[in-house]
Amino acid sequence: MPDIPVSTAPVLTVQDFKSDIKPIWCPGCGDFSVLAALTKAFAELGRPRESIALISGIGCSSRLPAYTSVYGFHGVHGRALALAAGVKLARPDLTVIAAGGDGDGLSIGGNHFLHACRRNVDMTYILMDNQVYGMTKGQASPTTAPDWCESKLTPEGPGISPIAPLPLALAAGVNFFARGFAGNPNELARLITAGITHPGFAVIHVLSPCVTFRAEQRAWKQAVHALDGAPATDPVAAMTRFAGDDGFTTGILYAGSNPPFMPERQSAMLAADFEPGFVVERQGVG
Amino acid sequence: MDIERIGERAGAAIVPVGGPWSPPRTEPGGAESVSLAIIGSGGAGAMRAGEILLDVAAKTGFFGLMTRAMGPQIRGGEAAALLRIATAPVSSLDDHFDLLIALDWANFSRFAAELPLAATSLVITDQDEGEVPVAIGESGALVAALAMKKLARAVPGGRANMIALGAAAALIGLPAALVTEVLARQLGRKGEAVLAASAGALALGEKAAASLPPMRRLAAPPAAAGTRWNISGNQATGLGALKGGVSFVAAYPITPATEVLEWMAPALAKTGGMLVQAEDELAAINMVIGASFAGAPALTATSGPGLALMIEALGLAVASETPLVVVDVMRGGPSTGIPTKFEQSDLDIAVHGLHGDAPHLVLAPNSIGDCLTTTQWAVVLAETLQTPAIVLSDQALGQSRAVIAPPPPPPTLPGRLIATAAEGAGYQRYALTARGVSPMAIPGTSGTTYVADGLEHSARGAPSAQASDHHAQLDKRARKLETFDYGEPWADLEGEGEIALLTWGSATGPAREAMRRARAAGLAVRLISLRLLLPAQPARMAAALAGVRRLLVVEQSHGRQFHKFLRANYDLPAEVAVISRPGPLPIRPADILARLATWE
Repeated sequence: MPDIPVSTAPVLTVQDFKSDIKPIWCPGCGDFSVLAALTKAFAELGRPRESIALISGIGCSSRLPAYTSVYGFHGVHGRALALAAGVKLARPDLTVIAAGGDGDGLSIGGNHFLHACRRNVDMTYILMDNQVYGMTKGQASPTTAPDWCESKLTPEGPGISPIAPLPLALAAGVNFFARGFAGNPNELARLITAGITHPGFAVIHVLSPCVTFRAEQRAWKQAVHALDGAPATDPVAAMTRFAGDDGFTTGILYAGSNPPFMPERQSAMLAADFEPGFVVERQGVG
Repeated sequence: MDIERIGERAGAAIVPVGGPWSPPRTEPGGAESVSLAIIGSGGAGAMRAGEILLDVAAKTGFFGLMTRAMGPQIRGGEAAALLRIATAPVSSLDDHFDLLIALDWANFSRFAAELPLAATSLVITDQDEGEVPVAIGESGALVAALAMKKLARAVPGGRANMIALGAAAALIGLPAALVTEVLARQLGRKGEAVLAASAGALALGEKAAASLPPMRRLAAPPAAAGTRWNISGNQATGLGALKGGVSFVAAYPITPATEVLEWMAPALAKTGGMLVQAEDELAAINMVIGASFAGAPALTATSGPGLALMIEALGLAVASETPLVVVDVMRGGPSTGIPTKFEQSDLDIAVHGLHGDAPHLVLAPNSIGDCLTTTQWAVVLAETLQTPAIVLSDQALGQSRAVIAPPPPPPTLPGRLIATAAEGAGYQRYALTARGVSPMAIPGTSGTTYVADGLEHSARGAPSAQASDHHAQLDKRARKLETFDYGEPWADLEGEGEIALLTWGSATGPAREAMRRARAAGLAVRLISLRLLLPAQPARMAAALAGVRRLLVVEQSHGRQFHKFLRANYDLPAEVAVISRPGPLPIRPADILARLATWE
């Protein structure tokens, strides 16, 4: 594994973590606020740009890395969590963030979401949920209500139950789960910072409205409400406590204490040291 | 022929079945090569007996090869250890088996076609384990009965496979004492009782052999010194990956590639790296991309179905210029196909599977030892050229063992061109350089942050849908592979003459032996075995084919995938013939010689 020393850089501002590339997002998109909250969290953490890797898949929200000034990877659809795990496992010294939307993370990438929760690699996942596929112009996502009839693909509504990310993540063994709202970027920055500093895999579920295809999501501003009380720390208790959750409770909902996954490794041998194991000891030959 | 009784407690009888038996050809001074098969139901210990026999042959000073024929069952299916022991290195199985020992015949029909016999062959059957199949009788081979199971019962804890092992060693002329010694070393930790039982059964088998019909015995082992290895293709692949500098592997288990991973997991942990078992092949390849992006030379090993799942991400590695290696240990396809048996039918997907114009490397080892050399070369090539490399091994190489001279190393290459902090603010990850390779910044390096992207991008890495950026980056990615000098290892070229055998991968083994036999018989035949499939090397191929009038293409696929690949990429001589046989029936040297004979 490469040994690249991370420099001690001067204190960086929010602006220092933004790139000069103009986002492709529609005016009013919640993802602008996520970008603001994320760069605010980076600045608050005080870590140098080069020590952070921001990994995404495909979708509107997955465009995020290009708009920051940290190392980034904009990969294929649905595989951000796997790619991010590869980065973190190879380079435990880096701060690794994965980001993407509800389609990327819960539909095409659903299997990786489950296994990222149970693998518990020390990284943070920002799941931007707008209950719609925006980049392909407004189809139902895995978090869309069954009776949403605005898509030409499913004119009678998708007709199947939406995924609730919180109980799904808890069932899969997630170690940290917070929910934030794009309309409250200061709280969101605090939640992202908490997720990054909490050991293990942290999910930051962000309600990030799509004002183009889901204009009614403007009303989320009135729907969100902060968690009353401290975060749950036991997964079974959390499951019970949030059984009736309306999906709009914000704050750190669950903070577990599972040890992060990081395989042991030793540098005791070289590749050539394995060759003698294949050598034939011939009879009568020295 | 008379029935002859041996042994006190159990009988062994020589039973002629079928046509006339030809007495074995006996070479003065012994045979240079003897082939034998030990077959039985899965779990009967045929493989174990075969592995010990190969080990003993190696320790005695012989070269050898052992391949496996297996069913998909973990226990109770068919299993055959197919061995060839020789005084010189062997590249393939022989045309037929001199000796076949059947612990039972329960599943023989499933792989009978993979066990060709001649009229000179000797077959040993356990008369208590079922009738000798008709096909055996039809071969004209001599069948002798040996009640292996009953004999084994004479020793507490004894097993029939050890009777077979003792008899086989004695019949072909391997020292019995060494068999016991090898066994003792292998059993070491299992305790004396097990060893005593096995040694007792071995001795009984050896004794019984004295009463069995004689057969071809090995000549004296070669006196030549020099180190030899006993290694499987999948182990050689793992070692080659490690020697190439791989420090990260993520993979999903799949037959017949799993042994690569099983060998690498502890080896990586001891050399500062790691192996991660991913939730599926999609995760595995993306983890590999992430690790490589982060600076660790990375690899995954899979087989056809897994490669199919990885294809989209391989396109990402091409576009983002992320080096990595995918080893595909090919099996019978399409779909689940025949997981436990070989075929060379993933060439098409490896070469053409990626969408878009996606130049990448495709390499193929052409022997068990070459699994090391080619995999190591693939790792350093991928690193040097910042692109994915697919290595096409197959079950016939991966799950076979050979006694060989240590494989030679591949050419030394510079490896990954890494950007330093000195690049400064103007750093362009995808800069348009003359040879196409541009410095790659590794996270942690200050001042060179960039976003790797599967979207088309500008030289600095910003997403771009502009024609000029697309064309420039397409040119760059093609240029770095096309202008690179791959050197001599692109192919193995042997012999000269107007007839050429053109082949690749595991089909090289029989082609190489056919070429040598043909040349020994006075026929001028050359061999061309491609190690580098992509990018194609038209100038080198033209030189290799200079003076060739007739070309015989040798490949193990039904759809002539290699022949079509050659036609698409190279100018071939006017007269071309093709041997394209799907797995799991290996092409044998005699098949190639028979085709050459029709040209005379």
